[in-house]
Amino acid sequence: MSFYKLTHRDYFEALKEGRLMGLKCRECGAYTAPPKVCCDGCGGTGVETVQLSGKGVIKTFTVIRVAPEGLEAPYIVAMAELEEGPWIMGNILDVDPDKAGMDLIGKKVAVDHKVLPPLNYTSGEGVAPVFKIIS
Amino acid sequence: MRKVAIAGVGMTKFGKTDKSLVELFTEAAMEAINGSNIRPRDIQALFVGNCLGDFAEGQANIAGFLASELGLPPWTPATRFEGACATASVAIRDAFMWVASGFYDTVLVGGVEKILHMGTPLATRTFAMASDSKYEEFCGLTFPGVFAMLAHMYAHKYGIPLPVLKERMALVAVKNHKNGAMNPLAQFQKEITVDTVLNSFMVADPLQLFDCCPFSDGAAALVLTTGEKAAKMVDKPVYILGIGQGSAGSLIRQKDYTVMQSRVASARQAYRMAGVGPEDIDVCELHDCFTIAEIVASECLGFFEFGKGSEALENGETAIGGRIPINPSGGLKAKGHPIGATGAAQAYEIVRQLRGECGRRQVDGAKIGMTDTLGGDASTIVNLILGV
Ligand SMILES: [Zn+2]
Repeated sequence: MSFYKLTHRDYFEALKEGRLMGLKCRECGAYTAPPKVCCDGCGGTGVETVQLSGKGVIKTFTVIRVAPEGLEAPYIVAMAELEEGPWIMGNILDVDPDKAGMDLIGKKVAVDHKVLPPLNYTSGEGVAPVFKIIS
Repeated sequence: MRKVAIAGVGMTKFGKTDKSLVELFTEAAMEAINGSNIRPRDIQALFVGNCLGDFAEGQANIAGFLASELGLPPWTPATRFEGACATASVAIRDAFMWVASGFYDTVLVGGVEKILHMGTPLATRTFAMASDSKYEEFCGLTFPGVFAMLAHMYAHKYGIPLPVLKERMALVAVKNHKNGAMNPLAQFQKEITVDTVLNSFMVADPLQLFDCCPFSDGAAALVLTTGEKAAKMVDKPVYILGIGQGSAGSLIRQKDYTVMQSRVASARQAYRMAGVGPEDIDVCELHDCFTIAEIVASECLGFFEFGKGSEALENGETAIGGRIPINPSGGLKAKGHPIGATGAAQAYEIVRQLRGECGRRQVDGAKIGMTDTLGGDASTIVNLILGV
């Protein structure tokens, strides 16, 4: 048995099929994404798996110009607040890194994804959210 | 709980070295032991912080080797601690608890790190391991990236135009390099200007090279003992008045991390235990891994209102001679940041300040000092309040 309703691998596999999954708390109503064993709001374990809208707003960003081993700079990393409340981290691919500025904050985005092959010291492949600017 | 004191302290010069991790730590440890006027055999337990030895030197499990190197008897427990950049402070907190509880009287604690030979790509990768492996690392988040996003969030939240904030951030680097130039153990002992920062290359927008602390090698160590024993060992024991530690999840769980809840909680624990408030602190060594990090930390510790730290800095309130001198050692920015040693090096500076031994960078009449060490993206925070 497992205490998990949704593991990181379930979350990644759904993202690969274009679905952003999360948890909804039966006790406080808060949403949690990416998944944890419990509600990120109240810590309760009475959570159920739900599909999220995949829409959000950019809260902050940076352009990485010195990359870790295995990745190539420059690229944009950003954090978005989803309509349901959780924040997720992802990349923005449809903006030129040299043109990324403070006006990115507040932009509405839709969540897409990209798949990363296993790197040194990762346990298998990774899936990262990608934020597509919609307005 | 018993009163716990710091007797002797030791620290290597930070910067590139050919010594091994074991040799580096031993240099700092021997200085701390000799400064306590005891012998290595008087040490009842060893608490050592080391974060990246596995990747840096192929050396995991370093604690026992250190005990052996120092000639400690086989019944001496030696334990390695890890909490990213807060590694040594986590070890200090634990060492404090063992002495305070009465289980041991005299212990050795500190940290060591050796990074410079790794090269930037591997060092950047291994530092990034302190962020969330599933939900942050695959986005290519780096540590400069964590604080770059913080700078953008801070500018937006408080309505400070980015060029204005960047100039104030540059002043953090200018101040800390000025202090570092007076510290013979600092990695950089050279003053810089705002232009040095603003003309350096971009690492992660908006952080430029001189907004970032360097990769460093180094070690620092402290002997902790009971208040009673310390008074017999040394002329000027420094007492641990308060200590706190907080935890947090990845940045996406913290959301608005201009107010780091783990840090606010940790500082509150330390203040409460010491029975003092931010207004009572005479000198502070805080975690300026990036220029914006110093500004945010100075607010979370309660020295300034949220959103006002950059103005206070610009007004000179954090300079030596200001209302609350911050990072007189040069901080991580100029003194260097061998991550597993940093917390112990901060405590080393505060002890020397409270003993009045800091020469040109001495904060006059300092009686109560504080350290602040941040691990990862605020997932581990430790605060210490020391007094004489
Ligand atoms: Zn809940």
